[in-house]
Amino acid sequence: MTEPLLSVRDLRVTFPTRQGEFQAVRGIDFDLGRERLGVVGESGSGKSMTGRAILGLVRPPGRVEAARMELEGQSILNLPDRQMRAIRGGRISMVMQDPKFSLNPVMTVGQQIIEAYRLHARAPRAAARDKALQMLEAVQIRDPERVMDSYPHQVSGGMGQRIMIAMMLAPNPQILIADEPTSALDVSVRTEVLHIMDRLVRDRGMGLIFISHDLNLVAQFCDRVLIMYAGRVVETLPARDLHRAQHPYTRGLLNSLPRLDAPVDRLPVLERQDSWKGL
Amino acid sequence: MSAMTRPPESRRDWLLSDAPQTRRQARLGAIYQGWLTFRANRLAMVGLIVLVVLIGMAILAPWISPQNPYAQNLANRLQPPSAAHWLGTDALGRDILSRLIHGSRITLFIVGTVALIAPVIGLLIGTVAGFAGGWVDQVLMRVTDIFLAFPKLILALAFVAALGPSIGNAVLALALTAWPPYARLARAETLTIRNADFIAAARLQGAGRLRLLIRHIWPLCLSSLIVRVALDMAGIILSAAGLGFLGLGAQPPLPEWGAMISDGRGYILDFWWVAAMPGIAIFLVSMAFNLLGDGLRDVLDPKGDKS
Amino acid sequence: MLNVDDLSVWFGQAPDRVTAVHDATFDVAPGESFGLVGESGSGKSTILRAIAGLIPGWSGRIAVDGQAQAGDRRDRAFFRTVQMVFQDPYASLHPRHSVDAVLAETLRLQGMDRIDQRIVTLLDDVGLGRGFRFRYPHQLSGGQRQRVAIARALAAEPRLLLLDEPTSALDVSVQAEILNLLADLREEHGLTYLMVSHDLSVIAHMCDRLAVMQQGRIVEILPAARLRQGQGSTPYTTQLIAASAGYKAEVARPLRWPPKTGH
Repeated sequence: MTEPLLSVRDLRVTFPTRQGEFQAVRGIDFDLGRERLGVVGESGSGKSMTGRAILGLVRPPGRVEAARMELEGQSILNLPDRQMRAIRGGRISMVMQDPKFSLNPVMTVGQQIIEAYRLHARAPRAAARDKALQMLEAVQIRDPERVMDSYPHQVSGGMGQRIMIAMMLAPNPQILIADEPTSALDVSVRTEVLHIMDRLVRDRGMGLIFISHDLNLVAQFCDRVLIMYAGRVVETLPARDLHRAQHPYTRGLLNSLPRLDAPVDRLPVLERQDSWKGL
Repeated sequence: MSAMTRPPESRRDWLLSDAPQTRRQARLGAIYQGWLTFRANRLAMVGLIVLVVLIGMAILAPWISPQNPYAQNLANRLQPPSAAHWLGTDALGRDILSRLIHGSRITLFIVGTVALIAPVIGLLIGTVAGFAGGWVDQVLMRVTDIFLAFPKLILALAFVAALGPSIGNAVLALALTAWPPYARLARAETLTIRNADFIAAARLQGAGRLRLLIRHIWPLCLSSLIVRVALDMAGIILSAAGLGFLGLGAQPPLPEWGAMISDGRGYILDFWWVAAMPGIAIFLVSMAFNLLGDGLRDVLDPKGDKS
Repeated sequence: MLNVDDLSVWFGQAPDRVTAVHDATFDVAPGESFGLVGESGSGKSTILRAIAGLIPGWSGRIAVDGQAQAGDRRDRAFFRTVQMVFQDPYASLHPRHSVDAVLAETLRLQGMDRIDQRIVTLLDDVGLGRGFRFRYPHQLSGGQRQRVAIARALAAEPRLLLLDEPTSALDVSVQAEILNLLADLREEHGLTYLMVSHDLSVIAHMCDRLAVMQQGRIVEILPAARLRQGQGSTPYTTQLIAASAGYKAEVARPLRWPPKTGH
């Protein structure tokens, strides 16, 4: 097997609280190749914190520790701010949950994409503009010229998310971290956005970390799935085998979803066990 | 003693419990949480300590001041700080330290009264305007705008000039000029709160408008008002001192700090301490209120609640 | 139990008036559980709010128990018959009121007696227990908050509950618990539900019949069984069913094209 894009060993994220230290992520290991890796868990499982830790976005007093956190062999653990900024956006990008909060409301869409691109590519303005148009076309926005000149409040949620993806993929990063990129979107728009992300990732040979609470979606969209519970990975398995998952937590999550094709009178309820927390 | 009969948990655990068993425990716990947050802000603690000292000084003034603040001793006038007069004496030979200590009562009186009147007026007008909307809102906010259109001190000067110079009128004038910003703030808060789901839920229980206003909206507006008042205190002390300085506030021989600076103005080059000592006192207390306000913001900001 | 005829709901005044719901008509029988399903902006929550009297601007007819309602005025009898559970349990509880304060105020407003006793019963009913009585919202998880909100809605012993996406802000395992709780309560208290959701499978699980909404209009009304079999009679319903089945790379294609811009 070739060297992974991203290699993480024993990642821990710790926050001090009044009642002592709280570990949001408690020692997780994984490698990411040129694949779509799903990270699934409920709120508080540490899935988002894992994404933020990789990007160096955990704010003090939170602490990130790891035995190893390497991007193509180069350590990116607790890099100085300057170097981290070059990696963030340039080599690893992130798409957040709600485009409403991640786009700057007082800049046009075009300005934001151009700025984001020039920050990393140092291209002249005209070239950056061409690139921005190209990217908007790539995310299947018709009439990109008009969209370039509109403000974020003038576009719909699904369009906003596609713009975010265009912006994040413009510098041609090796890894895209998507944190619940479709949970704020309607199902019909969701399909569209996923499709675009899927194609771009596949065409460019990128690594994708897809953080979500939606097991079924991840099962259908990703290649491999990590299931997180209380800051640890409880199970890793190929996405197509998700429905054959062994761990009781994964099984419990799957069963607790109401299903259109299999009606039940009562939904099975997840009985949490302390042993799942490990350690 | 009593600790022996308690269950093994410490008082701290009891207060910080996530599952309080009684109303009292819940309330005390909430207060203790706030206190812990406040205590974590060192500067705010400094502010609090300064203010506690000030209040102590005001209460104990007759017992701790070394001399009578009104006792003149013309033979001893304009003495620099010394063992007998720690902060020196003024133009009439009065002990400046004693005057400052007694003056703290006046300062606290002014601050306390203004802090009671202005935010209450502001809260009433702002929340009613924001909650009622329509023409009520229009009328109340235009009145607020008219008050806001004048510089505060000028307006206060006009009030005092009309009512006659005295400490009571100075306080009244300050309170009447200080409320408009609070009304604005309270209205803005009300506008965001009134569409919240918990207000809708209360309406669905049949809660009337008055109840919504008093039970649901006021408690949320109050916290930001308290923070704002604490931060504004410095300005109020300075305005009060300004009125005193202009001779429109406390009248001689009352040891009001602003008036004391005014008295020392004539000798400021040769006998600096006469004006500087009350100046330092005003500075310290203003700063203390500012620091306190900052700490209170940490505690009272509803977004700061751990979720 | 509930009759809605030709309901149109709008926001704002004449020149900038935006109509969110057009001519919605449906009936909910006593004891029935009726669902409203649609994407964001389809007007499903707006209908609920208009029924509850939280929106003044509507025309048509809303009748509860045969009693026609007008504007945003509702009388005491209405509040004792109809209650609502909101979508976001973080926004529907007053941040400075403890569970005890919330329930006590509600019971007092509804003119109930034996308040202490009733609070304990309500907390037991929603599976919280009396240990939660004196907690503040920030000491509760999302699911626990939603249970408090349900307890508050039940305090008046209503017969019709309006459920506005009661589980969309919750984790799936917690969603299962809340849905089970709602099903149990319905059985125990003989409640009628009008439930709004964007999630077809949740609606299919909870409801007997449902109305599919698109851009402010009811597209069709069908029994949940038909939905489960994937038999919508309009293309929109069929598309919605297909889209909610999940992501399939091969069939991925836009439903609406071009996507609408602006609001």
